[in-house]
Amino acid sequence: MDFFDRFAVPHPSIAIYASMAAIGLTVIAVIAGLTYFKKWGYLWREWLTTVDHKRIGIMYLLSALLMLFRGGVDAIMMRAQLAVPENTLLDAQHYNEIFTTHGIVMILFMAMPFIMFFMNFVVPLQIGARDVAFPRLNALSFWLFFMGAMLFNISFVVGGSPDAGWTSYFPLAGNEFSESVGTNYYMIAIQIAGIGTLMTGINFITTILKMRAPGMTLMKMPMFTWSALIANVIIVFAFPVLAVLLAMGTLDRQFGTHFFTMDNGGMDMLWANIFWVWGHPEVYILILPAFGIYSEVISTFARRNLYGYKSMVGSMVIISLLSFLVWAHHFFTMGQGALTNSIFSITTMAIAVPTGVKIFNWLLTLRKGKIVFTTPMLYSMLFIPLFTLGGVTGVMLAMSAADYQYHNTMFLVAHFHNVIIPGVVYAMLAGLHYYWPKMFGFMLNEKIGKWTAWLLSIGFIFAFMPMYVSGLDGQARRMYTYSEASGFSLMNMISFVGAAIMAIGFVLIVYNIYYSTRYESRDISNDPWDARTLEWSTHTPVPEYNFAILPDVRSNEALWDAKKNGHVLFKGDYEKIHMPNNSGIPFIMSCIFFVWGFSFIFSLWIPVIVTTIGIFVCMALRSFEQDHGRYITVKEIEETETNLRGA
Amino acid sequence: MNQLFPMKQVLGFVFSLLLTTVALAVYFLDMSFAAGMTILLVTAFIQAGLQLVVFMHAGETKDKGAIYTNVFYGLIIALVTVFGTLLAMIWDM
Ligand code: HEM
Ligand SMILES: [Cu+2]
Repeated sequence: MDFFDRFAVPHPSIAIYASMAAIGLTVIAVIAGLTYFKKWGYLWREWLTTVDHKRIGIMYLLSALLMLFRGGVDAIMMRAQLAVPENTLLDAQHYNEIFTTHGIVMILFMAMPFIMFFMNFVVPLQIGARDVAFPRLNALSFWLFFMGAMLFNISFVVGGSPDAGWTSYFPLAGNEFSESVGTNYYMIAIQIAGIGTLMTGINFITTILKMRAPGMTLMKMPMFTWSALIANVIIVFAFPVLAVLLAMGTLDRQFGTHFFTMDNGGMDMLWANIFWVWGHPEVYILILPAFGIYSEVISTFARRNLYGYKSMVGSMVIISLLSFLVWAHHFFTMGQGALTNSIFSITTMAIAVPTGVKIFNWLLTLRKGKIVFTTPMLYSMLFIPLFTLGGVTGVMLAMSAADYQYHNTMFLVAHFHNVIIPGVVYAMLAGLHYYWPKMFGFMLNEKIGKWTAWLLSIGFIFAFMPMYVSGLDGQARRMYTYSEASGFSLMNMISFVGAAIMAIGFVLIVYNIYYSTRYESRDISNDPWDARTLEWSTHTPVPEYNFAILPDVRSNEALWDAKKNGHVLFKGDYEKIHMPNNSGIPFIMSCIFFVWGFSFIFSLWIPVIVTTIGIFVCMALRSFEQDHGRYITVKEIEETETNLRGA
Repeated sequence: MNQLFPMKQVLGFVFSLLLTTVALAVYFLDMSFAAGMTILLVTAFIQAGLQLVVFMHAGETKDKGAIYTNVFYGLIIALVTVFGTLLAMIWDM
């Protein structure tokens, strides 16, 4: 029995036992369903072993939506707990675990895969390529991310969730104050997912630099591709830092080293420092592709080309460099002197300049545009004012002297939600509506979509504006309750109402997917939005080879040229197409990684050794395998093309 | 014969062994911490550069520009991170 004790949840409650039962039942239902409908083979052939960037993208999307709801439930629980003073819905320990889980899930397992979904689905289509540079590596990236995310998600029913915040600062995250395996989950699960992300970074930089259609020079790339390129460059430079940091944290917790301890020469502040060396660039990894989506959406629905293409690119390049020069603004109050704080204050404020350039470019794109108010456009229009507000409070926080007042209060919480929700989440939803027809062959319902956008925005304002106020009044973040006398009650109640409105908005998204799947017309063209870039020039559904003939590109709006200026996109005859083969190795290897991670978390060294060998065996198999891919013949292409054209 | 014998690689190999020996000497010889660290840092950077250029063929393809840009960008970020950390955690504490 002793052996099994370690897997018990240290701080159980009815809700946790209920979740255990629910997880168990869901797993049984899924297995039974797959067996009953005889779908195991389909699942394996079409999804688990696929190397097709479009399918990998869709799997990222599903994971992201799933995690959005996991994180959303956490959020609603926190707001409910804080709705009234001295509430006892959650106790301190549960509250700690929930805000930690919420932060990690939202940033690493919701926003990141959402970005990955867009990059996977859109970039190869937008640059006129047939897949990414390393399709199998791409599958491995996805499965590593997925296994990391799942490993993290079981923490609350096996062994206990991490509770030291998504930033996991030492010494709180050290063994002394975090005894349970929760923080081990943090270290290992994020490590596994992070390796996947790093591979994606390399993969997409190579794809974008090497696989563009003939004629597409760097300065003729669509803006989303540019933003993806820059985000991936940041990934390649930032994620190794995270990997090293997590490895050091693991060593401290499980192998008795003293990197971040307070004795024996360790330095606990070093964790916060290195964390933000990765952490600040990370927020730009999220926001830049979001900006890219807004650029596509705004120019499509303003019916004109993007204003200031070069300055858009330039500002992103500058942001990518500056994002590595500002990290200390996250700990202005840690005790370093005025010199350091001034330097980092200035670099931080400097970021607002290129960001402002982008905002003005969008506004100037709208000017003289013939604006069409579709759902994606509505999200973009709500984004501009709301995000600007978040940017302004960011500049307030950037003033290091003033930050002593704001730091660690609800004001900060309001700030980063103010940039992340209108900035990143709205972009994701705009992009979801925008690319949905390309993925699935029907549109999402516009009416429900607009209702959702408005509900989310009204809910957002109610949920987060009061936090600026209570934060300035001194309400600290990460506190599970407050007293009546503090006077925070009203603001927190309003926040709760706002959060509830947002929850309705998120449920409406699911309803919209359901409703549109049932009732929306399947009779749409390849280019339902009258868009400007290459991804809309191929068929819907997109054939596995994307383009029968690689497009010839003359400007950053190749499709628009073809539609309005008589440019011929597809010249020449069909030729046989070289495609990669499917492979089960990425999936199997990631499953082994999952077991490896789980064993590592519980310090079960024998399985760790066995699985480590397993991982190397997978890599060796790949190295010695002879796989030259396969060819799609001209005849097959002709058949597919006539079918798709006829439909 | 000249073309066949990989002179550059052999010399590079000898030189990198030499660098390793010098670095190893820090352990065996008795010297101040500062002197030891300086030797280690200098030999480490030369060693890394050597490996990149001689054995990983950094300058030999038409990707030369991209590769060196990448290396320099990485170097800049690394230096900024290290010195920024030293500033925030030690020098200005
Ligand atoms: C004009 C641009 C921005 C400026 C000047 C800015 C400034 C700041 C500052 C100074 C802090 C630390 C405050 C404190 O701890 O007291 C902070 C926190 C944060 N910011 Fe921003 N920011 C900007 C944009 C963004 C964007 C675009 C995102 C994300 C997409 C973002 C996400 C965050 C997050 C997640 C935190 C809090 C992390 C934590 O401590 O848990 N910020 N910001
Ligand atoms: Cu930051």
